[in-house]
Amino acid sequence: MTLTLDGVRYRYAGAARPALGEVSLELAAGEVVGVVGASESGKTTLCLVASGLAPRTVGGTLSGRLLLDGTDVAPLPIHALAGRIGIVFSSPATQLTGVTGTVYEEVAFGPMNLGLPRPEVIARTESALAALGIESLAGRDPALLSGGQQQLVSICGLLALRPAHLVLDEPTAQLDPAGTRLVADALSRLAAEGASILVAEQKTDLLALLCRRVVALDAGRVALAGPARSVLGDPSLDALGVSPPAPIRLARLAAGAGLPPAAARRLNEALAS
Amino acid sequence: MTELAFESVAHVYRAGGVRALDGVDLRIASGERVAVVGQNGSGKTTLVRHLNGLLRPTSGRVLLDGTDVASHTVAELARSIGLVFQDPDQQIFAGSVRAEVEFGPRNLGMRGSQLRSAVDEALEAVGLSGEARTNPYDLGASRRKLLAMASVLAMRTPVLVLDEPTTGQDLRGVAIVRSAVDSAHAAGRTIIAISHDMDFVASTFDRVVVMRAGRVILDGPPASVFDERSWEVLRSTYLEPPLPSRLGARLGLGPTPTDEDLIRALKASA
Repeated sequence: MTLTLDGVRYRYAGAARPALGEVSLELAAGEVVGVVGASESGKTTLCLVASGLAPRTVGGTLSGRLLLDGTDVAPLPIHALAGRIGIVFSSPATQLTGVTGTVYEEVAFGPMNLGLPRPEVIARTESALAALGIESLAGRDPALLSGGQQQLVSICGLLALRPAHLVLDEPTAQLDPAGTRLVADALSRLAAEGASILVAEQKTDLLALLCRRVVALDAGRVALAGPARSVLGDPSLDALGVSPPAPIRLARLAAGAGLPPAAARRLNEALAS
Repeated sequence: MTELAFESVAHVYRAGGVRALDGVDLRIASGERVAVVGQNGSGKTTLVRHLNGLLRPTSGRVLLDGTDVASHTVAELARSIGLVFQDPDQQIFAGSVRAEVEFGPRNLGMRGSQLRSAVDEALEAVGLSGEARTNPYDLGASRRKLLAMASVLAMRTPVLVLDEPTTGQDLRGVAIVRSAVDSAHAAGRTIIAISHDMDFVASTFDRVVVMRAGRVILDGPPASVFDERSWEVLRSTYLEPPLPSRLGARLGLGPTPTDEDLIRALKASA
């Protein structure tokens, strides 16, 4: 269940410059890779390309290839992709179908449209609702939920599809810490079953927990790539417009503040535990 | 100046019958910087939408300088309360960044040099001075969000309400939001912001109001709301104190809600 971007360049229709320069990236089966970068550095575009939506539904011009499990997806129609790769947009308003009356139906919408047998649809819907702790919302109208609740519902709908490949664009932007943790746990479980997962996020603390590898984008190109620990600890991350995880931020601040050695040691011990 | 008060406010959404506010009592004095926090669905957005009349209480009263907001039209309230939505696309409609920011103050009657300076100042505050002629939809989502904030800043309302202003912002965007809050505060305006970003809350606001299931369950300065003694209550609404608070407690340094508080306390303890 690998996802490969091979020398991808992408330009939106009418844009003066390409939004993505030359990006190559390979996600192994079961791997969660994080994407960070300043606003307008290409994170959302990368998500659209990696999920096969750009240029398929967005227009624009793509060079390079997107391969799922080693096969170029360019010739495939969108419905052939839908069962294999999912995308979670940052705004739930973009994601929700708008045609269902309850959260339960909303989450079941995807599996139903894959033509799965009814008991399977029910099992998947209920396990996805439980995974994100939103069973109590099942009977509510998706349109009448809070922004954060809608974000959980749209992620839930994707989990119910059990995609082999999943792309998420700031999936936890509107979530409280508990919701954020439930999403992280659900993604880890999906990866443990072999899915390859790409997550763009501003929350580097979350990526530090979730990802083995992280890629930092700058003006549509890969500026840093490597193990999560080294990319998120890289001193140039601030200059790329990305805030480092809180423990790294604090350790640096302490180092710059000239703490007495005993106090610095106490802080480092507390940070390590 | 502008004083706000919620008196036993309850709100039940007619569609769905959800009781989003369940008896809120809250007074906010002129010039306060207040963060509203709480789990998803706890009533934060419902609460602030009562301030400018977008929602009316099912029971109880919302007062603006002692008078019931129910006696004002939404247009009248717009002079006093500027509300920036969480999703900028619920708000943006004009063909250029400048036209978007001009719309609000023009409707309040500003003209000529006054209008120009209100718009210039707001664009400057969010770092969009160079994009005045750009179509809003050619900006990325995070700059559209800053634009939505500028369009409300330009109205120079005594009260500024921000719904999750740092969501989707990078390091620079968060710094812009923080400095916009600081300058609005320096100008004597009241700022009320909903946020899930506890570092931003602790470092930018004087008062934190914590909500759960439509009620206010904690209310105080960051040092007390994020103090170890409040953690159990915070966790009941799915919140976590900021990292410096947790480290300060572990090291027995007392309340240290911000990075600076923690470093200061560490220095003092050495």
